[in-house]
Amino acid sequence: MAEMLPEHPDFLWRNPDPKPSYDAVIVGGGGHGLATAYYLAKNHGMTNIAILERGWLAGGNMARNTTIIRSNYLWDESAALYEHSMKLWEQLPEELEYDFLFSQRGVMNLAHTLQDVRESQRRVNANVLNGVDAEWITPEQVKELCPIINTGDDIRYPVMGATYQPRAGIAKHDHVAWAFARKCDEMGVDIIQNCEVTGFIKDGNRVVGVETSRGRINAGKVGLAAAGNSSVLADLAGFRLPIQSHPLQALVSELFEPVHPTVVMSNHVHVYVSQAHKGELVMGAGVDAYNGYGQRGGFHVIEEQLAAAVELFPIFARAHLLRSWGGTVDTTFDASPIVSTTPIDELYVNAGWGTGGFKGTPAAGYSFAHTIATGSAHPLNEPFALDRFETGHLIDEHGAAAVAH
Amino acid sequence: MLMIPCPDCGPRDETEFGYGGQAHVAYPEDPNQLSDREWGEYLFYRENTRGLFAERWVHTAGCRRWFNALRDTVTYEFKAVYRPGEARPDLTQGES
Ligand SMILES: Cc1cc2nc3c(=O)[nH]c(=O)nc-3n(C[C@H](O)[C@H](O)[C@H](O)COP(=O)(O)OP(=O)(O)OC[C@H]3O[C@@H](n4cnc5c(N)ncnc54)[C@H](O)[C@@H]3O)c2cc1C
Ligand SMILES: [Zn+2]
Repeated sequence: MAEMLPEHPDFLWRNPDPKPSYDAVIVGGGGHGLATAYYLAKNHGMTNIAILERGWLAGGNMARNTTIIRSNYLWDESAALYEHSMKLWEQLPEELEYDFLFSQRGVMNLAHTLQDVRESQRRVNANVLNGVDAEWITPEQVKELCPIINTGDDIRYPVMGATYQPRAGIAKHDHVAWAFARKCDEMGVDIIQNCEVTGFIKDGNRVVGVETSRGRINAGKVGLAAAGNSSVLADLAGFRLPIQSHPLQALVSELFEPVHPTVVMSNHVHVYVSQAHKGELVMGAGVDAYNGYGQRGGFHVIEEQLAAAVELFPIFARAHLLRSWGGTVDTTFDASPIVSTTPIDELYVNAGWGTGGFKGTPAAGYSFAHTIATGSAHPLNEPFALDRFETGHLIDEHGAAAVAH
Repeated sequence: MLMIPCPDCGPRDETEFGYGGQAHVAYPEDPNQLSDREWGEYLFYRENTRGLFAERWVHTAGCRRWFNALRDTVTYEFKAVYRPGEARPDLTQGES
């Protein structure tokens, strides 16, 4: 049999052994670690760097998310960061020379109550002032854009309208990771898998390296991009993060003909749905309530989101749940990320993207790379510093982010 | 779904409970004496233990009482439940 298999295609990156020393190491080989290394090499000329990943490349949340990309956040700071991300997404397929199926099919955030309507319209107005494409659409327009939605008024939470961002959409997450990995590798970045960081080596208050399952690695700078496990690493390094790790689940149906042309999200009935390029319906909702690192959650959460989906999309009653899974997301108390210096010199942290960091992958990498290379924040991530939990300058995006990833 | 051992009602489905996060976080004795840093820690910083975690639950759809639990945040297994005000049980004894 084996002789009949075709040749293995070219590998997209080498699998080098770790060198004893690097100018910088990034802990965590998910989307954010990859994007950070990419921009460190490309924008800051730092190519003697490594990504240390304890498992396999992009096997964490990067492999598990539902790939919604949008920038219609409420506050100026968030709109700037996520819209920058959107603009990077728009140029990345060409820049990375990889068609990762970025599909700007639009995202709708439904409103089901008067309060929803008011908050949504406020968000649309804020978006427009910030140069983010956003419109308020009526139930009739909802139906036009996505004919399978039940816009009748005889359901428990009728659709009263929606915000719509036409440039939003989805992309193929694993291809995004591979696209970044290939370019990183080309520029000389070492991608080191099966390499768990187990401790930090310090000289006074300055980090000078890491202990790993593959030995000690010296580093001039260390950037944490470990998503759900950020608190564990911060503990090892000797500082605290205002983060709680929760299970977040998603699911897919079997493959169908195209029936769902856009992305529909509803905070109120707790579900969001898109149809992947292959044809499966992709759905998710909010986190499981408790703290958890187990990469799985309760089935009742899946049941609730399916109930909401079937009410909104009656034809889904015939679909079957094929697969569900979970990741570990790093939530903050203001539903905004932390891209920041830390109390330890030359140790930097990118974390707290919680349920919505896939869309932020390019901007996280871009601003975090700047922070690591220069030792201080880029204007984009300055408001997202760790000290906002002390100064009180929180960026409360619960309204724009609750279920809406 | 978790099966949660309420100290009053016995094992019940997770859907009957509400989650309260980290246990044993006392309200500061004199909030006016706290620095911004300390107040920020009280408001926004909670342990995020990977492993054995002391946390609060409330049996909303049952006896409606709060209690504490020691649970493994990786396996999700409940190791002990105890009443508010009681000290965190020491589970290290008897284990090798
Ligand atoms: C079910 C689900 C649905 C989601 N849907 C969306 C969505 O629709 N849109 C959106 O924008 N976002 C979404 N997200 C959120 C998004 O996936 C995350 O915010 C984002 O992936 C986090 O960045 P990352 O890719 O770098 O994380 P990860 O891929 O989790 O990368 C972190 C890496 O760090 C590694 N690591 C941890 N500890 C160590 C250590 N000690 N040493 C070495 N390596 C270590 C891990 O193995 C992991 O590979 C979703 C998440 C989940 C779970
Ligand atoms: Zn009870």
